[in-house]
Amino acid sequence: MVDVPYDAIADAPPAEVAEVELYHPKSWWTHYVFSQDAKVIAIQYSLTASAIGLVALVLSWLMRLQLGFPGTFSFIDANQYLQFITMHGMIMVIYLLTALFLGGFGNYLIPLMVGARDMVFPYVNMLSYWVYLLAVVVLASTFFVPGGPTGAGWTLYPPQAILSGTPGQDWGIILMLVSLILFIIGFTMGGLNYVVTVLQARTRGMTLMRMPLTVWGIFTATVMALLAFPALFVASVMMLFDRTLGTSFFMPALVEMGQQMKYSGGSPILFQHLFWFFGHPEVYIVALPAFGIVSDLISTHARKNIFGYRMMVWAIVGIGALSFVVWAHHMYVSGMHPQFGFFFATTTLIIAIPTAIKVYNWVLTLWRGDIHLTVPMLFALGFIITFVNGGLTGLFLGNVVVDVPLSDTMFVVAHFHMVMGVAPIMVVLGAIYHWYPKVTGRMLDDWLGKFHFWVTFLGAYLIFFPMHYLGLLGIPRRYHDIGEVAFIPPSAHQLNAFITVVALTVGFAQMVFLFNLVWSLFKGRPSGGNPWRATTLEWQTPETPPGHGNWGKELPVVYRWAYDYSVPGAAQDFIPQNQPRGATQAVHGAAS
Amino acid sequence: MAVAIILLLVAVGSVLFHIFSPWWWTPIATNWSYIDDTINITFWITGAVFFAVIAFMAYCVFRFHHKEGRRAAYNPENKKLEWWLTIVTAVGVGAMLAPGLIVWHQFVTVPADATEIEVMGQQWRWSFRLPGKDGRMGTSDVRNISSDNPLGLNPNDPHGQDDVVIESGDLHLPIGKPVKVLLRSVDVLHDFYVPEFRAKMDMVPGMVTYFWITPIRTGTFDVLCAELCGMAHAQMRAKVIVEEESEYHAWLEKQQTFADLSGRSAVMRATYKSGGE
Repeated sequence: MVDVPYDAIADAPPAEVAEVELYHPKSWWTHYVFSQDAKVIAIQYSLTASAIGLVALVLSWLMRLQLGFPGTFSFIDANQYLQFITMHGMIMVIYLLTALFLGGFGNYLIPLMVGARDMVFPYVNMLSYWVYLLAVVVLASTFFVPGGPTGAGWTLYPPQAILSGTPGQDWGIILMLVSLILFIIGFTMGGLNYVVTVLQARTRGMTLMRMPLTVWGIFTATVMALLAFPALFVASVMMLFDRTLGTSFFMPALVEMGQQMKYSGGSPILFQHLFWFFGHPEVYIVALPAFGIVSDLISTHARKNIFGYRMMVWAIVGIGALSFVVWAHHMYVSGMHPQFGFFFATTTLIIAIPTAIKVYNWVLTLWRGDIHLTVPMLFALGFIITFVNGGLTGLFLGNVVVDVPLSDTMFVVAHFHMVMGVAPIMVVLGAIYHWYPKVTGRMLDDWLGKFHFWVTFLGAYLIFFPMHYLGLLGIPRRYHDIGEVAFIPPSAHQLNAFITVVALTVGFAQMVFLFNLVWSLFKGRPSGGNPWRATTLEWQTPETPPGHGNWGKELPVVYRWAYDYSVPGAAQDFIPQNQPRGATQAVHGAAS
Repeated sequence: MAVAIILLLVAVGSVLFHIFSPWWWTPIATNWSYIDDTINITFWITGAVFFAVIAFMAYCVFRFHHKEGRRAAYNPENKKLEWWLTIVTAVGVGAMLAPGLIVWHQFVTVPADATEIEVMGQQWRWSFRLPGKDGRMGTSDVRNISSDNPLGLNPNDPHGQDDVVIESGDLHLPIGKPVKVLLRSVDVLHDFYVPEFRAKMDMVPGMVTYFWITPIRTGTFDVLCAELCGMAHAQMRAKVIVEEESEYHAWLEKQQTFADLSGRSAVMRATYKSGGE
C-alpha cells in the first residue's frame, strides 16, 4: 500500500477559541451594499472586476481592428492605440485578474472551504472592496479627462511615462498612479484578511495539509501579493513625485524635444527593478490561485484524488518563494549589468521544475480516472494545453541569450497572453461554471457552456499560437502599424487580419456567456446543494446559497483530506471532508 | 471521444504549423548564429514535452472518460514516479540552460579588437557617431546638447573633434569587423533593433549600454525602435548598410566630422552676425 499519512489525526481536536458573534445586517443597505459578509463582498468584487474587464476586452477589439486592418479605421490613431494597450494591460492584470482571483474567489471560497463563518476582519474586508471600487473609478475616469488615459504601456517605464511625447501626460499618468496606490491600499486590507483567516479561522480538524489546493493557491498568492505590491506602491509614489513635484527618483539629466529639463541624477532602471520586483510575483499571484482551483476542478470532475497532493502543496510554496528571485528576467535587454543575466536565467529556468511537476500531476490525475467531460472539466483541459504552451515559451524568454532577439517582439505578447491571460481565464471560466450553482442555487446552461468553451479555447489558441511566429519573424510589440519594412512579407499582414477576425469571434462568445449567466439566474435548472458530488466543505453547507455565517448552528468538523474520491470500499465515489471516519476505517487503516 | 480527438489535433496541428510556418526568423547577418542554434535546441526540447503531455492527456480522455459503471482508481502518490519526472525535467532544463549561458558569456564578452561606434536615440530619430582618425571617440554629456551640438559632444575634448557625426542619415558598417555598438539616449528609453543582427539592447538616458556584433553579409537592413518611446515609436526608423571595406571607406571619406559641423555653424553664425550689422 502507499504510504499516506493524510489521516494522521484520527479525531478532530477540541475547539480552542470560542465562537465570536458576527455582525448582523440591520437594513437592506448593510445587507447588500455595505455588507460585511465575505460572500457578498466576493460578488461585489467579481462584478466590479468583470465590468472593468469588459472595458479592457472592448479595448482589445479596437487594438485588433487596428492591427488587422491598419489605416482602415480613422478613429484609431497612434496615440489612442498606445492608450488602448496601456489600459488593456493594466486592467487585465491588476484590476481584473488580481481582483477576481483574490477579492472574488478568495472572499467567497476561503471561509467556506476552511469551515469559517466569515473572514476574521469583516469590517476591513468591506473597506477593502470600497477602496478597490474607488481605484477602479479613478482608473476609468482617465478616459474622460483632458488628454485621455496614459499611453505609457502597462509597464509605465519612465522617463517616457511622464514626458510630453507620451499621450496622457497631463492627467492620465497622474490618475493611473493614484489609482494603483488606492488599489494596493485596498488590496492590503483584503489580503491581510485572507491570510489571517486561513491561519487562524480554520475549523476543527482542518489541518493545513487537509486544505483544498484552491485555498493553498489563493493563500500563497496573497502572501506573495502582500510582499510584492509594496514595491509597486513605492515606485508609484516616487513617480508621482517626479511628475508633480519635479523630484528625480527615476529621471536622469535629459533633453526633451530640444529643451534641457531640470531633472538630474535619477535612474530609469531603478524603476524597472521595483516594477518587476512586483511584476514578476504578480504573474504567480494570478497563476497560483489558478493552479489551485484547476487542481480541484480536475480532481472533482475526474472523480479521483489529486495526484501527489503534498508535492502539489510544496510546488505552490516553492514557486511562490522562487518567484521573488527571478524578476530581472524581464530586463535582460534593459541595460542592467550583463552579469545579472547568468543569475536570473538560472533561477528562472529552475522555477520550471516545480511548475512542470504541477503539470505532470494534473495529467496523472486524469490517468485511470472517471473523467466527466463537464464544462468545468473542459475548461480545465483547455487550461492545461494553454498553460503548457505558454509555460514552455517561457523557457525561451527566460534563457537570457534566447530572449535577446525575442524580447519586445510579438513573441512576448503571445507568450504572456497564453500563460497569464488565456490560461488563468480558462480557470476563471471553469470555476464560474463549477461554483455558480453554489452561489445562485442554479446550474448554468450546459449547451451554451460547451459552445462558449469550444469557441473560447480554440479561438484563443488560434489567436496566440501563430502570433509567436510573427515575433520570431521580428515584428515588434506596441506598434500600431508596422509600415513598410523589408523583412515583413505580405502574408504576415494576412495573418494579422486572420487573428483579428478570430479575436472578434471569441469576443462574441463571451457575450453568449454573459447571457448564460443572467438567463440561468432565473431559468437555470435548480442545482441542489452538491451538484458535482464534491468532497470539499463549501458543498456541504446547510443552505444553498449559504446563509450569513455559512454553517447554521454548528461549525463543520473535518475528518479527512479534501480528495476522498472513489475510495475503495466506500458506498459512493466521494466522501465529504466532514464525514466522520468509520465506514471507511478499513481503507485508511492500512495507510495510517 | 470527440474531445480526445480535438485535443490531439491541437497538438498535431501545432507541430505541423511549426514545421510549415512561412513566418520564420530573418536570414541572419551577424556572428550570432549561436543564438539561433540555442533557439532551435529549445524548440526541439519544448516541442517534444508539449506533444508528449498533450498526447498523454488526450489518451487519458479517450481511455478514461466516464462510462456507466466506471470507477476511478485510488492512487494518492507515487514517490518514485514523481522523483523520476523531476529528474528528467531537471535534465531537460539543464540542456537548454547550459548552451544558453555559454552563448550569453560570448555575448557579453566583447573582443579586444572591436571598433567602438555610437548610436544615439532621441524622440524619434537615430543619430550615429564613428571614431575619427585617432580611433577613439570623445566624451559627451546631455548638458552639452544644443542646436549646434545635437549629440552633446564635449567641445573641449580633442578626441571628439574628428569624430564622424551622422544625423538623420544611414549607418554604414564594414563586413567582417567586430563592432562594439555603444548606445545612448538623450530623452527616454529606446532600443536599437535590427532583426537580422539578433542582438539588441535598450538605450537608457543617463548611461551608456552596448552590444557587439560582427556583420557577416552585406546588405541594407531596417533599424526599428523596440522599446516604447512615445507617440511616434513606430515611425522611428533608419537603415544600416553592411558593405565591403573599400566601399565603407569611400563612404566614410564623405562624412563630416564634429569639427566640420561646429565650424560650419560657427561660420554661419559669424556670417549672420556680420550680415545683420
